[in-house]
Order: sequence, then C-alpha cells, then structure tokens
Amino acid sequence: MKGYSTFSLIRNALSGHRFWKPVWRTPDLKKSYDVVIIGAGGHGLATAYYLARKHSLRNIAVLDKGDIGGGNTGRNTQITRSNYYWPQSAAFFDHSLQLYEHLSQELNFNVMLSQRGILNLAHSLHELEGIRRWANAIRINDIDAEFLTPGEVKKLVPLINLDCRFPVRGGFIQRRGGISRHDAVAWGYARAASACGVDIIQQCEVTGINIQSGRVTGVNTTRGTIGADRISIAVAGHTSHLAKMAGFRVPVTSMQLQAMVSEPIKPCLNTVVTSSVIHMYVSQSDRGELVFGGGADVYNSYAQRGGIPLLQENVAALVELLPAFSRLRVMRQWAGIVDITPDTTPIMGQTPVQNLYISGGWGTGGYKAIPAGGDTMAYTIANDQPHPLIEDFGLERFVTGALVDEGAASGVAH
Amino acid sequence: MLRLKCPWCGTRDELEYSYGGESHVTRPGLDASDVEWSDYLFNKENPKGIHYEQWLHKYGCGRWFNVARDTVTHEIYAVYEMGQAKPDIAMTDRD
Repeated sequence: MKGYSTFSLIRNALSGHRFWKPVWRTPDLKKSYDVVIIGAGGHGLATAYYLARKHSLRNIAVLDKGDIGGGNTGRNTQITRSNYYWPQSAAFFDHSLQLYEHLSQELNFNVMLSQRGILNLAHSLHELEGIRRWANAIRINDIDAEFLTPGEVKKLVPLINLDCRFPVRGGFIQRRGGISRHDAVAWGYARAASACGVDIIQQCEVTGINIQSGRVTGVNTTRGTIGADRISIAVAGHTSHLAKMAGFRVPVTSMQLQAMVSEPIKPCLNTVVTSSVIHMYVSQSDRGELVFGGGADVYNSYAQRGGIPLLQENVAALVELLPAFSRLRVMRQWAGIVDITPDTTPIMGQTPVQNLYISGGWGTGGYKAIPAGGDTMAYTIANDQPHPLIEDFGLERFVTGALVDEGAASGVAH
Repeated sequence: MLRLKCPWCGTRDELEYSYGGESHVTRPGLDASDVEWSDYLFNKENPKGIHYEQWLHKYGCGRWFNVARDTVTHEIYAVYEMGQAKPDIAMTDRD
C-alpha cells in the first residue's frame, strides 16, 4: 500500500492526478477462506483489518450483497461519543472513541474526526436531576462530562431557543465526543485490510450458511459456494435474517431510522446538540449542511425509506429548538434499517453454532462502535472466546437475565 | 404514512394507532425452562416479508386487532380480530 502524505498529494497534483492507484484490490473469489465475514460495512471491514493486523490471519474474505459501506455505515449521522451509563458500555464505547482519536494515523486515511463535543439538554427539573445522575455516572466511569447551566448552553449554541415549548434547564457536554466522516471510516478500513491481504468481495450476497455437526463449513452465495473455517455475521439491519439461515432466533426488531440534511449554510453550529425530550439531534457537517434526525419509525420494517409522521416530528423538533433553521430547505432524507435489542445493548460474540460469530443489534448507535467492534470481534474470532470488553454483550444474557439496560441512558430515547 | 383499516372504525392514518409488535406469541407453561422462557420473552420472528402484528386504535375505539403486513413494501394483506388464526395470505383478498 502506497501511503498518503503531503508529498504524495503534491506529486499526484503535479502529474495531473493520472497516476492514483485503486484504493483496494478487486480480487477473484477463492474456493475457501479461514474466515468469512458477512457484511462489508464498518464493523465487517474493521473486524477483517484487526484480524489481519493484530492476529496475523491473512486468508480472510469480506462479502457484501451491495457495495462497501452502502448500508448503515453510509446512512448514519456520523456521531461518536462514549457518554454511556453502565460501566460495561462505557468501557467498550470509550475504547472505541480512543481508537477513533488515532484512527487517521492508524489507517493513513483521514477520517476527519472533529471532537466538537456532544451536548445533551435537559428540559425540566426532573430531567435535570436525571441528566446530573447520568453525567456523574459517566465521570465515575472515568470519562469526561461537564455540566452546563442554561447560560453556558446559550453561549455554546447562540442560536438555541432556551424558552421553547420545553424550556432548556441545562445540560451536559462530553467534549471528546463529536463527528467524523463515515465513508472515510469504511474506505480507510477497506484500504488497510486489502493491503493486509483481505479479499473484499462486493455484489456477493450470502444465501445460506452451511453447517455440519453443529459447526460451520461455509456459505452459499449468489456467486457460488465458499468454504470457511470461521464465519462472522456483521449485517446491520439483517441480523435476524442471517441468524435464521444458521437456524437460531435472536431478540432483534428491525426498524427504520431516518435522518436528513438541509441545504448548506455558513458555519453556525459548532457542537452536536441532542435532546431526548424534544427528541432530536443535529450537527453541522464540514460541507455546511445540517445533519439531523430523531427517533425510529415505530413498526417493523426493512424498507429503508422512512415514514412522513416521523419526518414531520424531527423537523418540528429542530425548528422549535433552533428557530433560525425554519427557513432552510431539506435536501435529502433517507432511512437505515436498525436492529433494536430489548436492552439496546449490542449482541456480540459466539452463537449456538460452533465457529459462527455475531456482531449485531447495534440499534441506532453502531457507527461510533466501529473501531472497538472490529477490534473485539477480531479477538473473539481469533481466540474463540469473547474479548473481555464484550463478555457481557453475548446472546446468553437473554437467558441468564443479565441485561445491560442502556435504553434510558443513551443519547436519544429509543 | 400507513393507512390501516380498523375492523370497527374503518380506514384511518397511522397517527391514530399505536404499534404492539409481533402477534400470535404463545406464553409457555409454568414448567418452561429458562431457554424456553427467554425465547418467549425476547426472541422475535422479525421477518423480511409478511409480518403478523398487533395494532391498537389508540385515538379511536381503543381496541386491539391484528394486521398482516409486508415489512419491505408495507403492503397490508389482511386485517383480522384478536384471537383469530393467522390468515393464509395466498387465499386472502388483498383489498
């Protein structure tokens, strides 16, 4: 892999950009692999990269029915944060944030991480108490959280309407939180994994998982049967679908989560604003567009469109809290299919089938978990035992009852 | 916007209803194992295709009913009362 540098930029500019090489290889499909990862989104690609980089496995394929990062990796709102309530989640998501902080150097690919802070608002005295408890829990987990008065909120976000339908009583900010560029995360991992010898096979849909005496032997795909010693599922939105192929059920509901962007405007919002009562979050991208969204559509769906009632709710919440944005036009609206678990904690680790691993149930927050998800799943696949950070995230918790209930504790209620 | 036909009130917008998730889930007996109980409590069919689900006409008559809906196209194949068996979709009139 030729590294990117200032020098390479200048050299390629002077030669009219005619000599850039493809960022990843387009290899032929082999008959069999040591590890087959289903899903070439952020999690699948990151898992392949860390397997090759940290665990010296080279004979790896990442299969995708569409294109690299074309599912939820390209549909999320790019937020990274680790302001979780329970110690298990906090440790996992802060590991992810720490990996994000060095990801551009690690991958030699600019993921444009901007740690502009993520602000959570409280709109009543009761919520203020709740948010204080949440922020203190974060600090006990050794993660940064800073309490803000309404005056300090106004100073940080001058356009905010403190006296809206649900008046702003205060909030807290995690200053290390922020946004990054989601496509770059997928492309960066793809490029680095490909350079380590990982075969990335696009337009190759898995149609069946082959199992003999309780152990995986390979997958059937639209491009033929492939042998595999180990298989990992990383298919945001379609986890139930793939689990069914392997003959087990998962506690997952697939729903549509919408997001939308406005036309681009000059810089006016330099942090991520979220509110669980008004139910919206918004940030301004480097292109100047406002990126915003809210809750998920209420019913099971695989449609990737999003319904009008939720869209209206999101827009109404935005213009109530930030009235200056009421004259903007919405440029694009879309939805991704999110896998919601009963405790809104992901499902990671082993499955009832030997040598079949799963990383799913990411709900509305899989993007921020990509580096840690890849790192810990690579460890889990290489050693056939869960990484210490994800020991509590396994499927067995639904039988033992040891749920990690982040439902009320994450960024926006869902 | 979904348009659901309440068996008692007729066709109304999605906004009048609230969603109750998968239907026809049977509670296991008291002698159920932890695994059976967990399956009943948490695991979902979550199909990509026809989903048999419960809806409540919350801002209407306040009654529950069942809907057979395609989770990809959102097309509604059948609306039927609670307690009725799953309709055979191939035999059902798609009005």
